[in-house]
Amino acid sequence: MTVRMKPVDVALVGGGLTAAILGKELAEAGQTVVALERGGMRQTVPDFQSPTMHDELKYDVRHAYAQDVSVQTITFRNFVGQQALPMRQLGSFLPGEGVGGGATHWNGQTWRFQPEWFVLKSWAEQRYGRGFLDDDVTIQDWGITYEELEPYYTFFEKVMGISGAPGNIKGQIQVGGNPFEGPRSEPYPNPPMKQSHSGFLFGQAAAQLGYRPFPVPSANVTRHYTNPFGAEIKPCMYCGFCDPFGCEHFAKASPQVCILPFALANKNFEMRTHSYVLRVEWDRQAKVASGVTYVDAQGREVFQPASMVVLCAFAHHNPILMLQSRIGQPYDPETRTGTVGRNYTYQTMTGAEVFYDGEKRINPFMAAGALGTAIDDFNNGSFDHSGLGFIGGGYIAAYQTTGRPIYHHPVPEGTPRWGLGWKQAVRQHYNSTVSLGFHGSSIPHPNNYLGVDPTYTDAFGQPLGMLTYDFPYNDRLMARYITEKMAGIAQAMGGKQMSVGWLDDHYSIVPYQTTHNTGGAIMGTDPKTSVVNRYLQSWDLHNLWVMGSSVFPQNAGYNPTDTVGALAYWAADAMIKQYLKNPGPLVQP
Amino acid sequence: MAVTVPDHAAAEEHPVQVAQVGRQNALSSPPPRADLPAERGMLFFFNDEEARFVDAAVERLIPSDSEWPGAAWAGVLNFIDRQLAAAYGAGARMYLKGPWVPDAPPQQGYQLRYTPAQLYRIGIAETRAHVTSNYSGREFWDLGAPVMDEVLSSLESGAIELPSLPAPVFFETLLANTIEGFFGDPVYGGNRDMVGWRMVGFPGAYAQFIDLVELYNLPYTRPPISIGDTGARQAYLDGHTHDAQRQ
Repeated sequence: MTVRMKPVDVALVGGGLTAAILGKELAEAGQTVVALERGGMRQTVPDFQSPTMHDELKYDVRHAYAQDVSVQTITFRNFVGQQALPMRQLGSFLPGEGVGGGATHWNGQTWRFQPEWFVLKSWAEQRYGRGFLDDDVTIQDWGITYEELEPYYTFFEKVMGISGAPGNIKGQIQVGGNPFEGPRSEPYPNPPMKQSHSGFLFGQAAAQLGYRPFPVPSANVTRHYTNPFGAEIKPCMYCGFCDPFGCEHFAKASPQVCILPFALANKNFEMRTHSYVLRVEWDRQAKVASGVTYVDAQGREVFQPASMVVLCAFAHHNPILMLQSRIGQPYDPETRTGTVGRNYTYQTMTGAEVFYDGEKRINPFMAAGALGTAIDDFNNGSFDHSGLGFIGGGYIAAYQTTGRPIYHHPVPEGTPRWGLGWKQAVRQHYNSTVSLGFHGSSIPHPNNYLGVDPTYTDAFGQPLGMLTYDFPYNDRLMARYITEKMAGIAQAMGGKQMSVGWLDDHYSIVPYQTTHNTGGAIMGTDPKTSVVNRYLQSWDLHNLWVMGSSVFPQNAGYNPTDTVGALAYWAADAMIKQYLKNPGPLVQP
Repeated sequence: MAVTVPDHAAAEEHPVQVAQVGRQNALSSPPPRADLPAERGMLFFFNDEEARFVDAAVERLIPSDSEWPGAAWAGVLNFIDRQLAAAYGAGARMYLKGPWVPDAPPQQGYQLRYTPAQLYRIGIAETRAHVTSNYSGREFWDLGAPVMDEVLSSLESGAIELPSLPAPVFFETLLANTIEGFFGDPVYGGNRDMVGWRMVGFPGAYAQFIDLVELYNLPYTRPPISIGDTGARQAYLDGHTHDAQRQ
């Protein structure tokens, strides 16, 4: 028997970053808001405090803050026609669980997307011609431009106290920043981080090769800073325990530090923890969402009526929730019709290592999540793709994020995997190796999508979501081309040995790559090819909205959080200034 | 074009001396008390024969050498035993519902129906049975080191076929857990005396390097601390300048 709660104006599915943003803004606009979070509450004090937070086994290896897949997971297959099987353990990506979501235990690498990414299809056609890419490259324009989003990027970066060196202020290229970024209206609110030894060696070699190195933009904040709401953020201490840890120092921008206190202080806002949302309820006649059904902490099925529903869950959870709720037309890879689940994308990651064989001390444990030096010369808008046969790109960086030794013990190729040779190699190379990473874009393909599994169910008896994904040909070409450039920098860094980690032949759900899952409920200009309009409002139910990287039509060669935050403030603005005054579709198809 | 990287060559030329960093205790010196015999704590999961197998196997995966003890001395047996007796061994946070497709491609990940505890129990029993029938009735732990390595390599490659599970899955689990036990915090029963950390120079649970991060090539020699080191905890609290009471 379903328990029925008192109606609220807004139900938020999830209690992470976008829920914190919307919860605060909508509660202050006078709306009653409840956020339904599947996990529990956790705060800087007492939960994240030292020394117990510095536990690699508990947090990194056993995934204390990540989704519990014994309750709900997804199934996975590489290609249409293969039997999808459940992801029985976490691996490739780590969705968060608990208040604050992944933005509580992220690294803090906070990049804007280049302007070209938002108009990728029309930009590529104009620049390279219509025949440049084949039909399997289903890139799209977002329905929003960088120029429209820029004020929201700027605001989100102020909220989070982002620290960095600007590269382009109102069209003027700035020394020391990223010259390939879009124009920003203001500098970063805080100066860049210190430079690690890894970053120094990388930057020196990159500059010698004619590239333009700069410090990575960081949510590991570099000085005492008060954000526009009055939240105090403290300076990063470079402890080397960012992702997947909570920050003990109030120094890594997170919902808990920057936003949530102001939502929780508002009587219009409630964070309801241990509430697992099963589906969105909606009226088939009126075409509006009526609320959400969830399982509460006691295990009861509860209906929360709401005038507006916002999906603020992790990237692939949002489209899967829409499929479970039978909202919109599910994407079908056979006919290539339907929208929900379409254009699932990821991130194309490769790496390289430079071994100094004891000649340099890197001290990899003097680290922070966004402590890095990067070049953006090979992001999508930075170079000419003519004759290369692919679209996209990404940045190359030397991050010094951690020396935690269960996972960080680099050894050269050809080293035995265990035994005396391995042990001695680990000892020799642990403190004398620099790791580089290529953070590449992910281009949609008609066979890569999210659906509902026909066989496996979750703890609530619902079908699991099903992921079909492999690296598209476009991205293989892209990764090879830019990984070669990265290898050239690695070569120039003066090591004794180097190794290059090329893209695997097939995507695997097993090794950790990144938690930058994107797409499946994409934004756009046409209801036939997108799930939400440019304001992140559902084409099907005007009072249903989708936040997060679920809405990216393709993933750029950058980390997604800055764009996720900017889009949430952009959508909140549309809700408050337009929608609440006159509820209905903000864009006519 | 401007070079946008600050010049830190000066820092490279003047590495800060050890004394400026903290207490003297070079990480690169031999580990203290290495002459002590391996200690075995109470076993929660393994029986004595399973324990002999695991102790012998992990010592081949991370062996002792003339300078640094290996996994047996570091207590990796006790680490794995406690892990298997607790949530990890029981398959907590694993999706364990069927149906089962044990011969799935590697890209789809672990697809066996066993919890880690079950995987060890069966993997050990079947590996022992393989050894006794192929090595004149001897147990794994009675084989010489080169022969033990041969058996482990055959598990790793799948050259040995175990009746109930793919040998490489058992081997990879054992290897991963051995590395965890050698490098994880000592509070979990392995990494005795922080030997894994001392060997590579990882300082453990320190909370800040802000003043050191730009001193390139710094010989960092402060002894490591464990999260269970209550003295270190107090020192941390005494020196901690943040307002820990902030809500």
